[in-house]
Amino acid sequence: MVSIQGRKKKSVQQWKYMSDNMSDTEEKKVPTRASAMERVQLGLAKRRRKEERFRKLSFSAVILSLSFLVLLFASIISNGWPAFQRTDILLDIHFDSEVLDVDSLVKANYGKLVKQSMRELLPDVTSRHNKREMYRLVSSGASYELQKMVVADPTLIGKTVSLWLPADDLPDMLMKGKINRNLPETERPISDKQIQWIDQLIAQGRLEQHFNTTFFQAGDSREPELAGIRGALTGSMLTLFVTLLLSFPVAVAAAVYLEEFAPKNRWTDLVEVNINNLAAVPSIVFGLLGLAVFLNFFGMPRSSPLVGGVVLSLMTLPTIIIASRASLKAVPPSIREAALGVGASKMQTVFHHVIPLAMPGMMTGTIIGLSQALGETAPLLMIGMVAFIVDIPGSMTDPSTVLPVQIFLWADSPERAFVERTSAAILVLLMFLISMNGLAIYLRRKFEQRW
Amino acid sequence: MITAEHTSMNKAPYFAGYGKEAYEVIPTSSILASQRTLSEEKEQAREETVGEPFVDAPRMTCRGVDVWYGDKQAIMDVNIDIGKNQVLAMIGPSGCGKSTFLRCLNRMNDTVPICRVGGEIILDGMNIYDKKIDVVPLRAQVGMVFQKPNPFPKSIYDNIAYGPKIHGLVNNQAETDEVVEYSLTRAGLWEEVKDRLDQPGTGLSGGQQQRLCIARAIAVRPEVILMDEPCSALDPIATATVEDLIDELRQQYTIVIVTHNMQQAARVSQRTAYFHLGKLIEVGITDQLFTNPGHQLTEDYITGRFG
Repeated sequence: MVSIQGRKKKSVQQWKYMSDNMSDTEEKKVPTRASAMERVQLGLAKRRRKEERFRKLSFSAVILSLSFLVLLFASIISNGWPAFQRTDILLDIHFDSEVLDVDSLVKANYGKLVKQSMRELLPDVTSRHNKREMYRLVSSGASYELQKMVVADPTLIGKTVSLWLPADDLPDMLMKGKINRNLPETERPISDKQIQWIDQLIAQGRLEQHFNTTFFQAGDSREPELAGIRGALTGSMLTLFVTLLLSFPVAVAAAVYLEEFAPKNRWTDLVEVNINNLAAVPSIVFGLLGLAVFLNFFGMPRSSPLVGGVVLSLMTLPTIIIASRASLKAVPPSIREAALGVGASKMQTVFHHVIPLAMPGMMTGTIIGLSQALGETAPLLMIGMVAFIVDIPGSMTDPSTVLPVQIFLWADSPERAFVERTSAAILVLLMFLISMNGLAIYLRRKFEQRW
Repeated sequence: MITAEHTSMNKAPYFAGYGKEAYEVIPTSSILASQRTLSEEKEQAREETVGEPFVDAPRMTCRGVDVWYGDKQAIMDVNIDIGKNQVLAMIGPSGCGKSTFLRCLNRMNDTVPICRVGGEIILDGMNIYDKKIDVVPLRAQVGMVFQKPNPFPKSIYDNIAYGPKIHGLVNNQAETDEVVEYSLTRAGLWEEVKDRLDQPGTGLSGGQQQRLCIARAIAVRPEVILMDEPCSALDPIATATVEDLIDELRQQYTIVIVTHNMQQAARVSQRTAYFHLGKLIEVGITDQLFTNPGHQLTEDYITGRFG
């Protein structure tokens, strides 16, 4: 009490001193009580200016970040959008029974059929060198398409069919305006003659842009016009499935135990600190762990979604545990008391009341963790998911790659046409993320409606 | 009902035994000096309880109850009987330990990790703090209504049905319906909610929510109902309804109520206990305690000199 009184006295004295001092120096300005209000008014203006300044600053921060976001999306979309279109060439293919007359339809020389029809299309090309340049206008994938068709339907042999077959990436780029035809011939990857033929074909209506179904149906390829993201997308889905299956139950169980059942002592403190630290461990470390433990020690299959999923769930566990614990903490204690008060056991209280209320938060945490896992590249590089894989994975143990790694691989490719495919793959990845978040929001709403 | 002779007869052996035992049971490895001061305070507390803390046929018997939160003693040597089919009100200034004591009666304090309880609280011949006692049936037997209405975020029906379901008191839908109707009727809520049992319990008004909580407590057929300031969040009209309800429930249940409102204690209770700084200062028949308090502190409190 004494000290409080003393402090009060002191502050009163100080105040008196200040006002004395004030009246000494600014006597003319602040002699009466009304002028005290004036001083407040002065300070008020300053306060308002401060607030205004702060508001403007934060508003401009929002605008700045929004504009960066718009810039990002604009560049990705403008780069990636053309990849959803592909240039096809209309060829009259004569399935010559002489060419196809071999033991196996698979081994026949389908390239010859394509070349034949190209020669018919542009009959004035005669020299060997020119012919080779002409053949380059068609993708090497065209012959595979013919092969597939004939194997599926051998009655085609002997007939002549008009077919849209994939053009090479260079005419594709030229048609999309990605190659500047005004540059001197030596500075562009396409020759004057090729440009001339392409113009000729366009005039005939034999070169058109169609929706690029290959992009969504094929796996990776060295040829940009044949490369697709289905392999990577499937790989991502399988990997995420493994991650979800492992990390959600384990993380929720760990969070519930730590939050509701564990005694509060030094050991649980240590565990808590370590979980928080694990969330900050660089992801490549988890990749190294996967390499050392799962691949080398347990001998699990390399490059497989199974191992990728296990590694990513190790990485996402801390995130989900932290979010789940936060949402468990947010459940009001009155609900626990209510349940305990009617004689529910600890476990009944937790499972009947606390977890259902915390579930939306836990699911949000899980989705954040999975989104993080979806975009993760580094740990997957360590376990071999960076390989060039053409086949679409059919199971958890097949070699595969994932979307971000595919983006990384394509971004590294020298062909001009891979640039737009990179951006298109980023678009697909973003769509995947958005739909995942949308699903989470939907599930959360549905869950909350139960109450 | 309660005689001075009876009281004094009971006092001597209990105080001789239990005070000591409490210290043996509870591991107080902490400072010896503070133990000494605590035991000195106990001596005082022993002397200070005036009035008639004991009754002839008690439902619950509390002897030498001490409660610690960590090193701080919140309740000191409380000795009181809780009479069958009557309302015992506990009054006292904030922080006097009345809520803490109430929560000891069905071991709700178990949820507080630093809380330790010594002494004996006997229900049906067993100390409820005995290691053999399971808290689940105990809490079914000694129900609780909290300060703030806390219905589950479920339908009105599910709020009531939850307790009987987990205890296996009902086997089928018809029985559950019956329990729900009975409990809500007993709590005086049936007429108001019978057409909207599927609506969330949190959508009711404050007073209705509190009666829902009382109905929920009744639904598990308890013998004792503990109420921790059940009306503190309610308006006067809702309070009056709940008070009438408490009076009615007394026929069937033993009720212990903590309240800050002395008028309320006077209205609803038969016996009143006055707590002060963790000590039970005075217990008496409500009318006597309010008209003729036996202790200076009680008098000061009920005349509004502090608290």
